[in-house]
Amino acid sequence: MPVTSRLRSPLIHLFFVLFSIASLFPFILVFMVSISDESSIAQNGYSLIPSKINFASYQFLFNDFGQIARSYGVTILVTLIGTTVSLFITALFAYPLSRKDLPLRRTMSFLLFFTMLFSGGMVPWYITYVTMIGLKNTLFGMIIPNLLLSAFNVLLMRSFFANTIPESIVESGTIDGASELTIFMKLVVPLSAPIMATVALFNLLAYWNDWYNCMLFIDKPDLMNIQYLMTKTLNNVQFLIMKADTSSQVGELLSKMPTEGVRMALAIIGVAPLLVAYPFFQKFYISGITSGAVKG
Amino acid sequence: MYGVILAFKELNYVDGIWGSPWAGMYNFKFLFSSPDAFLITRNTIMYNVFFIVVNTTFALLAALLVNEIKDKVITRFYQSTFLLPHIISMVVVAYLVYSFLNTDSGLINRQLDKWFSAESISWYNEPDYWPYILVIVNAWKNVGYLAIIYFAAIIGIDKEFYEAATIDGANKWKQMTRITIPLISPMIIIMTLLAISSIMRSDFGLFYQVPMNSGPLMPTTNTIDTFVYRAMIERGDIGMSTAAGIYQSVVCFFLILGANFAVRRISKDDALF
Repeated sequence: MPVTSRLRSPLIHLFFVLFSIASLFPFILVFMVSISDESSIAQNGYSLIPSKINFASYQFLFNDFGQIARSYGVTILVTLIGTTVSLFITALFAYPLSRKDLPLRRTMSFLLFFTMLFSGGMVPWYITYVTMIGLKNTLFGMIIPNLLLSAFNVLLMRSFFANTIPESIVESGTIDGASELTIFMKLVVPLSAPIMATVALFNLLAYWNDWYNCMLFIDKPDLMNIQYLMTKTLNNVQFLIMKADTSSQVGELLSKMPTEGVRMALAIIGVAPLLVAYPFFQKFYISGITSGAVKG
Repeated sequence: MYGVILAFKELNYVDGIWGSPWAGMYNFKFLFSSPDAFLITRNTIMYNVFFIVVNTTFALLAALLVNEIKDKVITRFYQSTFLLPHIISMVVVAYLVYSFLNTDSGLINRQLDKWFSAESISWYNEPDYWPYILVIVNAWKNVGYLAIIYFAAIIGIDKEFYEAATIDGANKWKQMTRITIPLISPMIIIMTLLAISSIMRSDFGLFYQVPMNSGPLMPTTNTIDTFVYRAMIERGDIGMSTAAGIYQSVVCFFLILGANFAVRRISKDDALF
């Protein structure tokens, strides 16, 4: 018994150290390739310790910044607008559902569940957005479909409102003659900061990581977001300089381009904001997942 | 939902959605008589079954073990590292996989060459390897997330159970098998039932981005979702892709009803409706 208990702890730690390495290793590998010299990649392949470090890939990307800057801009704009509007709509839907005196409450909950569980499938969904609403090649195409309202987030918020906002606070507001809107804005929202932050974070990640809508609704390189640019570039590095300002020198540019390194450097540029911010928001994120899990 | 009628139409763009002639059940017949129908259904279901088994096993193991670590700081560190893969997009995952499997300079081929002087494998042309690759990639991305959900359930268990067990002389193993697992089993069952209810759906990013839409891999990477996408965007076959989507949705709908019924039997509070 003492032997096993003395052995147990190091074994557990070993398990988690391996687990952590498995999670981190691919990122480190990609980063290392992005700062490797092209000739050392040709010689040794991708490796964790490059024989020669060279920032040429990043230099190359910064020299030809046109498309990347645009895609970055599109991503940031869509993420900001999307997150704000989405948070607002989610809260406005979830709050009434948390109040017991709402007429048709069950019907509305059912509609929410129904859309979460059942849909006509991708084609009708796509055709409706393109032909009836006309979202092809607009920023709305990346904001509205799929991402604007998540039934899961509504449920998460609803159970937070129902469990943590005391009935008496709403009543006291009513007695003082406040309108429903004032009660919501002045009493409920300030008390719900944790859930607001969590849902905002979920939305932020969803918008930042989205490439699906962009792939479906966007044809113009001007409106491509960074994730979709990365998709295109993974298959074909030349895509990156398709929109280069220096279009007459494309041939020359291509011949000088460190292709493998550029690919990986773009991946790093696309994922860097998340990785840098992750230590700051991971606590929120974990608590969001767990509260969603415990009261789904 | 309005677009669902497309499945019963022979769409042409001149007459529009309403104007196009009716096709009856033709689109469905065409779909189910093609060899693709069996292939995509089998792939979607088999992958999901393996995902459920592998992910649940590893997530439970991780959750049980992390609970044994008493140091809060280290616990938090482990949790955040294994959740990291979950927050990145499938595009980035595709890059990470590519860095391992790239034929010329990928890590795996180079290491095979270095240690065993084995010949390089052209991963993106060999369908046989992909069932393993996709199961590993899916586990890599999702186990951390699931583990945190199970960990939350374990933390929720009343500490008094363990105190009583310790007084009765139960060792850690006994406590784990007699207290922890039975008490979180409703959670495990519910998560599994939810996964089963969406067994006809697949993670589009995983099956489209990670194999890089490679043609030779289709036999083992094509699922209903990627099939619908390809039929619509690449072949322009609106009728058949709608039919496939409806087939998927209808089966899913009944699975969800069934799963909800089962959840309600296990724990009334956790039922969806």
